[in-house]
Amino acid sequence: MTPLLQARGLTKHYGARLGCGNVSFDLYPGEVMGIVGESGSGKSTLLSCLAGHLSPDAGEVIFDTRDHGPQDVLRMSEPARRMLGRTDWAFVHQNARDGLRMGVSAGANVGERLMAVGARHYGDIREQATDWLGRVEIAADRIDDRPRAFSGGMQQRLQIARNLVTGPRLVFMDEPTGGLDVSVQARLLDLLRGLVREMGLSAIVVTHDLAVVRLLADRLMVMKGGAVVEAGLTDQVLDDPQHGYTQLLVSSVLQV
Amino acid sequence: MTLHDPNYNFAYLDEQTKRMIRRALLKALAIPGYQVPFASREMPMPYGWGTGGVQVTAACLTPEDTLKVIDQGADDTTNAVSIRKFFQRTAGVAVTEQTAQASVIQTRHRIPETPLIEGQILVYQVPIPEPLRFLEPRETETRRMHALEEYGLMHVKLYEDIAHNGEISTAYAYPVKVEGRYVMDPSPIPKFDNPKLESAAIQLFGAGREQRIYALPPYCRVTSLDFEDHPFEASKADHDCDLCGCATSYLDEVIVDDAGGRMFVCSDTDFCTGRREGGHRGRLSPEDMA
Repeated sequence: MTPLLQARGLTKHYGARLGCGNVSFDLYPGEVMGIVGESGSGKSTLLSCLAGHLSPDAGEVIFDTRDHGPQDVLRMSEPARRMLGRTDWAFVHQNARDGLRMGVSAGANVGERLMAVGARHYGDIREQATDWLGRVEIAADRIDDRPRAFSGGMQQRLQIARNLVTGPRLVFMDEPTGGLDVSVQARLLDLLRGLVREMGLSAIVVTHDLAVVRLLADRLMVMKGGAVVEAGLTDQVLDDPQHGYTQLLVSSVLQV
Repeated sequence: MTLHDPNYNFAYLDEQTKRMIRRALLKALAIPGYQVPFASREMPMPYGWGTGGVQVTAACLTPEDTLKVIDQGADDTTNAVSIRKFFQRTAGVAVTEQTAQASVIQTRHRIPETPLIEGQILVYQVPIPEPLRFLEPRETETRRMHALEEYGLMHVKLYEDIAHNGEISTAYAYPVKVEGRYVMDPSPIPKFDNPKLESAAIQLFGAGREQRIYALPPYCRVTSLDFEDHPFEASKADHDCDLCGCATSYLDEVIVDDAGGRMFVCSDTDFCTGRREGGHRGRLSPEDMA
């Protein structure tokens, strides 16, 4: 089977400082990979490099495109990369405000991606938007409200609907549950898990919350100081951590 | 032709500036709908009064030209009168109020009702040239969106209109796509005028404060954006002109008393005058008029 996404030797420096160094991995279709580590360990830098928001100093990101097979995303033309960003890829930001258009209604937020790929029938766009709001448990009568009128959890769910409406194959998530209270977090995770399974999505989830990766991720990479210190199946890494830092990370989780 | 004030260069601007603007105009005509940056000059009037249009007009004028200036369709409003006097003094060109007589027409917010013909130049004053401005505030990003033809966002605005008002409620500055490529803001003309953008005349757009020039060459294809199930409609007030009886021209609503009285009149004063002289009458025409 061809991996959906392959990273090869990704390196990004910020001046003299290392953002992330020599990261390589394969992600197969339908697989969810978690990236954990403390603040400043380079996990968000890595995600930005993968998603094409930052250009790394060295390395390749090879994505298995629908039309042309595996291609190096970093060497693609900009229109092709941005097209990928609107169709096959999705990016869920930690702060919903970064990923939403706050000035337009929820329906327009969901419909934007559809219109960006050429949908020009208002009735169809609205129908799909209503359908997706239902799937992320937002009441249909909120479709014309602006996201400012939504709670934090609803904004995050709206952001997810907006990203998944074009049926992407790969989702990047940067701390999807950050800043939400625990009961809302639990529902969001439940929803995400359902959607990932139902749509057969591949996902890369960056988080510092081990509970999130335990629930969502099949595989896990642990980062520290810009480098991957340990990688493996989620249960394996969390239940039998080998590297000193992973052991520290696992043992620092508060037990209630 | 009268002589212009000898203290000024012909049409106020110096020759080098006019050359610079003409180069921008030629580029704009070669790439219809594309916003060409130009080094806009300080003009002896405030920004927002048509500094862009005045510079474009100055660069186009020749001593043989006949100039018409309109503001919201009218030849006799402050803005139109001031700009007309400005060019009478600095360029000494002939002026007219009749659309058919003019070779250069500077306009604000309207296209004349009388169809324009080959050889005429229509110059628009543009406040905000960027159609995506209120949807995407970053100029770097909007330029990239133009370059990559990413115009989905424009439809988001139209979607919002329908979602909140049941129809596309954008009534002026209605976005158009030019020759299937660039999305362009036609300046704040009513959407009633959008079909007239496909014209035999050269149409030039000047934005002074924003330092942009764009253009539509004659007979260029201009499509108003819409949805398949909510097609574009060139709407106007559902009345006849109360002075000339015209049912097809764009109307201004005028409040005439404090008891709810109102009248509708053609916004194009030259067109209305022409019809009245031709014997057409409206609801409020004086009885004794022959």
